[in-house]
Amino acid sequence: MELVTPEWGLVIWTSITFLILLVLLKAFAWKPIMSAITERESSIEKALLKAEAAKEEMARLTSENEALIKQARAERDQILSDAKKVKEQMISDAKELAHREGARMIELARVEINNQKAVAMADVKNQVAVLSIQIAEKVLQGQLEDQNKQDALVAQLLKEVTL
Amino acid sequence: MDFSHILNSKKITLSVVLGVFLTVFTCKAFAIQEKQVPEAAVENKETSKFDPSATILEHIGDSHYFHVGGHIAFPLPVILYTDKGLEIFSSERFEEGEKAYQGKYYQYALIKDKVKAVVADGKTIDETATVIDLSITKNVASMWLSVLLLLIIFFSVASSYKKRVGKAPKGLQSLLEPVILFIRDDVALPNIGYKYHRFMPLLLTVFFFILINNLIGMVPFFPGGSNVTGNIAVTFVLAVVTLIVVNVNGNKYYWKHIFAPDVPFWLYPIMWVVELAGIISKPFALMVRLFANIMAGHVIVIALISLIFIFKTLGIAPVSIAFTLFIDVLELLVAFLQAFIFTMLMALFIGSAVEEHHH
Repeated sequence: MELVTPEWGLVIWTSITFLILLVLLKAFAWKPIMSAITERESSIEKALLKAEAAKEEMARLTSENEALIKQARAERDQILSDAKKVKEQMISDAKELAHREGARMIELARVEINNQKAVAMADVKNQVAVLSIQIAEKVLQGQLEDQNKQDALVAQLLKEVTL
Repeated sequence: MDFSHILNSKKITLSVVLGVFLTVFTCKAFAIQEKQVPEAAVENKETSKFDPSATILEHIGDSHYFHVGGHIAFPLPVILYTDKGLEIFSSERFEEGEKAYQGKYYQYALIKDKVKAVVADGKTIDETATVIDLSITKNVASMWLSVLLLLIIFFSVASSYKKRVGKAPKGLQSLLEPVILFIRDDVALPNIGYKYHRFMPLLLTVFFFILINNLIGMVPFFPGGSNVTGNIAVTFVLAVVTLIVVNVNGNKYYWKHIFAPDVPFWLYPIMWVVELAGIISKPFALMVRLFANIMAGHVIVIALISLIFIFKTLGIAPVSIAFTLFIDVLELLVAFLQAFIFTMLMALFIGSAVEEHHH
């Protein structure tokens, strides 16, 4: 019976000791320990979340990059095809222009040639006229040099004249 | 306050040393007790035979001396609160219980290891005097030692938490952190719920207080071996703490469950009796469970060692020591288990008192 009867002295000392222990440990051990543990856990959790977010961000960036590349490729194709079109346009334009210019120049040349030809013809005509007169002069001079010939000629002319 | 270097330095060897001491010194410690037996046996004048129950009761009971070995014992202070005033003197005055001591107000003597006021002859108890014994007994001294140990351990752990903010635990810190986390995640959180924060200091203190006293009680040589958690006064205090904490924190659902449960109203008086009995019986069960488990462990160990002295032969010693070793290992398990169960049930009772939704 003595064994299961609490002694009041020990009860009082245990109460005092336990309460002091509780207060001391609570203030100087459990509080810093628990807060440190929770802090560390939350920081680990945060770090994990951050890593997850970074992974997502990475994936997002990769897909964005791919989209950008695709877009760039399409743009390049567009630019190339545009350039091709422009080139063709330019070539055809140049061709047409050259053609027209050529035609115009040919026309001008033709007009010039005609003009020159006319001038030359006129010149030739003058020369022929001068030559003809000179020849005629020479011929007449030769004919009229000899009296007999003049008489013959007059005679002939007179013969021809039939009244 | 940094004691971590003291504790970390011999961390590995400590367990080895403890293990060796547990096995080797168990027999030595009780060899010491054997020498004290004649004193106990003196009371049994009719027989000079070895009385194991006297040895066992002497060991598991409290004492005004802290025995080191043989006849070396530290006398502890005796503090008496009498109806006439306070008396403080050393238990040395009793000279191992042989003599009565004349105090300021009464004459005192050790009768069955307890300080009593006696009449002039120094043997008969003075019934007229009211004496409350507030002595620093062996159990109180041992408890203070474990409290000191707890303070050193956890202050150093707390300081290493402060020093190593956000880093992985190291040394003693990493030994104790899983235990602290176990109390939090497997004891407090599932039983109390989201309000567990407020009760963590109490649960942790109770757990480590019981555990360290259980463990120190298992060390058979000075300054261990005292039966602190196997003393009903200590478990009584822990049970009262549980009772107070549970009922102070009880919410309206808890009290409704007790005073207005979901039964026909004419059953209320019966329910009140049953529920009030429940309030008392829960901590009462806690008190008895811890006390009986730890005390039983001590009793079995001494009983096994006593076999050597009962049979008066060394031949039985190997058997005795083998069984003691087995029981010591078992008690090591029990030391952890009982600390865990007490904390677990405390958390469970607190949880039932602060539970929000009622069904």
